[in-house]
Amino acid sequence: MKIAIPVDEKDMGTNVCVSFGRTPYFLIYDTESKESVFLDNSAVASSGGAGIKAAQIIVDSNIEALLTPRCGQNAANVLKAANIKMYKTTTLSVKDSIDAFIAETLSLLDDIHEGFHGQVGN
Amino acid sequence: MKIAVLSGKGGTGKTLVSVNLAAVAQKSTYIDCDVEEPNGHLFFKPIDVQEEEVSVKIPQVDNERCNGCRKCVDFCKFNALAYIKDKLIIFEEICHSCGGCIMLCPEKALTEKEKGIGKMQRGISDEVTVYTGILDTGEASGISIIKKLLVNNKSKGDEQTFIDCPPGSACIVMESIKDADYCVLVAEPTLFGVHNLNMVYELVKLFNKPFGVVLNKCVDGENPAEKFCLEKNIKILKRLPFDNELGMLNSNAEIAARKTKKYYAIFSSLLETVKREVQYETTTNS
Repeated sequence: MKIAIPVDEKDMGTNVCVSFGRTPYFLIYDTESKESVFLDNSAVASSGGAGIKAAQIIVDSNIEALLTPRCGQNAANVLKAANIKMYKTTTLSVKDSIDAFIAETLSLLDDIHEGFHGQVGN
Repeated sequence: MKIAVLSGKGGTGKTLVSVNLAAVAQKSTYIDCDVEEPNGHLFFKPIDVQEEEVSVKIPQVDNERCNGCRKCVDFCKFNALAYIKDKLIIFEEICHSCGGCIMLCPEKALTEKEKGIGKMQRGISDEVTVYTGILDTGEASGISIIKKLLVNNKSKGDEQTFIDCPPGSACIVMESIKDADYCVLVAEPTLFGVHNLNMVYELVKLFNKPFGVVLNKCVDGENPAEKFCLEKNIKILKRLPFDNELGMLNSNAEIAARKTKKYYAIFSSLLETVKREVQYETTTNS
């Protein structure tokens, strides 16, 4: 199963990014082959609708589950329409997050926030 | 003659200045472009109010016709469209109504539909025609309402128009001052006030508009906003005092210039100064 995680850097030792829409990279991890690929998030510099564009990238990458600390409403709408499950990460460690997902200890992300539309920072 | 009143933040005194200027100008037009929180009408209490809905055009998709080429998705700079599971999704609140996606669609799958975003009111208060723009709660941009408010006033030649701008210096303010002949910047006598003044100062310079500053809430002692004006060689049009009576009248939604001779005189002299400045600008620029 292919899963995606927003990450700060292109390195397995990096942290989970606090933002989904404006994360610099996505780690695409295949739980069967244990392969990992880093994907540039072209939505990061969008003036608006970054969450929608980032979600589109996830959908286009045939991801089955997204592991993220949080997610905005618009992005969630796109992901839901594509039947992509969202799980809430509880640690900054990418490796621990993947392990937790495999061990099925991550809960589904249900506290979708309104989005930070146009606000600076994350 | 169109005079826009702006400031870097809310509560500085834009409405105080523009409402009183319009009141002393007698036959004039006041346009409240602060569509997210219009309050000029509270002072004017206009009568014979006519209302008009304002809507924007947004795309709607015929999924039968859409073949998923994604030209629209790739084109939209605001990411208002996504293509998921053989279906186009449109995020109406993200759309800026540019119409580009509709023009680009090779399958003619996108068409326009109207979406109401707010309204425009027009009323009369003594000799002042009062226009108010009201953006519906939750809508992203009031630009279309401001455009409509200002277009309605193109025909009136020599009558004075006062544009009460939204706070800040974002695109909504740019839209409000675009056609103004002169800009009045209102500033508070604090360091924070200087920061806010600098924002609108940069903006009017960028737009190449003639402008001057009204120093509001002036007290004895140092005035950082005044210092800023002197350093940058900016014309100070008026110093309004930090004054209990004025504050009280204003808090009670009274137009000070209509209430007392003292304030009538103060705002009349400000209007005269502004008029002189505009004339001066016209002669030096022609």
